[in-house]
Amino acid sequence: MATTIYLDNAATTKTAPEVVQAMLPYFTENYGNPSAIYEIAGRSKEAMDKARAQIADVIGANPEEIYFTAGGSEADNWALKATFEAYAEKGNHIITSKIEHHAILHTCEYLEGRGAEITYLDVDENGFVDPKAVEAAITDKTVLISVMTANNEIGTIEPIREIGRIAHEHGILFHTDAVQAFGQIPISVDADNIDMLSSSGHKLNGPKGIGFLYIRKGVKIRSFVHGGAQERKRRAGTENVPGIVGYGAAAARAKASMEERTKKETELRDYMIGRIENEIPYTKVNGDRVKRLPNNINVCFRYVEGESMLINLDLLGIAASSGSACTSGSLDPSHVLLAIGLPHEVAHGSLRMTLSEEITKEQADYTIDHLKQIVGNLRSMSPLYEDFVKKNS
Amino acid sequence: MYSEKVMDHFQHPRNVGEIENASGVGTVGNAKCGDIMRMYLDIDDNGIIRDCKFKTFGCGAAVATSSMATELVKGKTIQQALEVTNKAVMEALDGLPPIKVHCSLLAEEAIHAALWDYAEKHHIKIEGLKKPKNDISEGETDDEY
Repeated sequence: MATTIYLDNAATTKTAPEVVQAMLPYFTENYGNPSAIYEIAGRSKEAMDKARAQIADVIGANPEEIYFTAGGSEADNWALKATFEAYAEKGNHIITSKIEHHAILHTCEYLEGRGAEITYLDVDENGFVDPKAVEAAITDKTVLISVMTANNEIGTIEPIREIGRIAHEHGILFHTDAVQAFGQIPISVDADNIDMLSSSGHKLNGPKGIGFLYIRKGVKIRSFVHGGAQERKRRAGTENVPGIVGYGAAAARAKASMEERTKKETELRDYMIGRIENEIPYTKVNGDRVKRLPNNINVCFRYVEGESMLINLDLLGIAASSGSACTSGSLDPSHVLLAIGLPHEVAHGSLRMTLSEEITKEQADYTIDHLKQIVGNLRSMSPLYEDFVKKNS
Repeated sequence: MYSEKVMDHFQHPRNVGEIENASGVGTVGNAKCGDIMRMYLDIDDNGIIRDCKFKTFGCGAAVATSSMATELVKGKTIQQALEVTNKAVMEALDGLPPIKVHCSLLAEEAIHAALWDYAEKHHIKIEGLKKPKNDISEGETDDEY
């Protein structure tokens, strides 16, 4: 079997060796608690400050507006739950979209059980939220608008600048889940009118178990984890110093390589999509072609089921993912694919391949060559394909 | 996640295909939930299943259970085929992950549906066979890409 061709970088990424190197001293040498006053604790504190500045620099924030969490899901939970509580006097209405990550959607469901009114906006066939629809959904009870920067499944980049502007015109806070976008595409919290932003370290070659919530200075938001005075009294718990250091190194690395990486990944992405469309019939590319994350490929192959494709790819050393029911652990395929209007049976045949800068053209060709065979084989044993062929012969 | 036997039947499915002028054909499952099985039976005058073929749209477990089910009914009498339950298919595959058990139900249903079709075509009644559930038309669309 060939070496692994890892095409699931939207799920997680390899921790970069230089990130690991940056982290190592903070396990065994500089292990002091940053809250203490002695010298080795000071080293932890300094390293944390540096990482905070490295991260803030990527989105044009002030370092003191970066609050570390245990990951993207915690940041999303915090932004929604704490805003809902803090602004209870103003209202109970939150606007979001149908294609958000479950960290947003399930938190919204939780809040609905506690008196929140949630508007889940539809998206168009490419996965775009319409800013006009956002504006139309605003009521005098709206306290928060939360729309993701880019979608994790289909890669569509949302018009967050416009949505943020509308939020601010109405005096409403704007939160964006940037877990897939941070370090991948340029984001500016000021230009993009962002009040809160969630991110996760392991999506950009940083370590797992560390994330942050950007909270614009002046935003009233309560502590989510109660205890000590860490993170300006807003998030208790001894800081994950190695994780924070690694996240800082990963953020600096991602910023420095963004331009070159984007160019390389976009070219390879479009090359692979082009080959799929030219060489495999009855396929549909999901998500927008242009306003799309540089590393995201998402395609539906009609008459085949996603998990079967994944197992076949895995047997060849290719790691990818699917939005089929069998891979989601439920009987329904991905909510994102259904929201862009795909029928269930088409959504079951989805394949997501998310690139990294390490993927070569040879690996891309190897993948597509085999994908062609796999889809062909699965169709030859598909009763849906049999019916389709008979109907059209 | 899957046993070696499941992987073997997924990678090398037995009896894939169609039977022309089959004695009985049964299609079960639902494209909406992601699994459809079609089973073809060739039954001789003595009620022996001479041949059995299948086509399946579905996950690894769905393909493996279809393949195993065809092996289990081939050469059997109709009554013996009725005894090929989902449990028997699962056991023959050394088990399935809990979330995939419904796939083995589909295999049992596919055998029953094909036998039902056979009975209807030949105007006979098979003792112990109930009319199968068949709801695959739901969710089907004609739009092409």
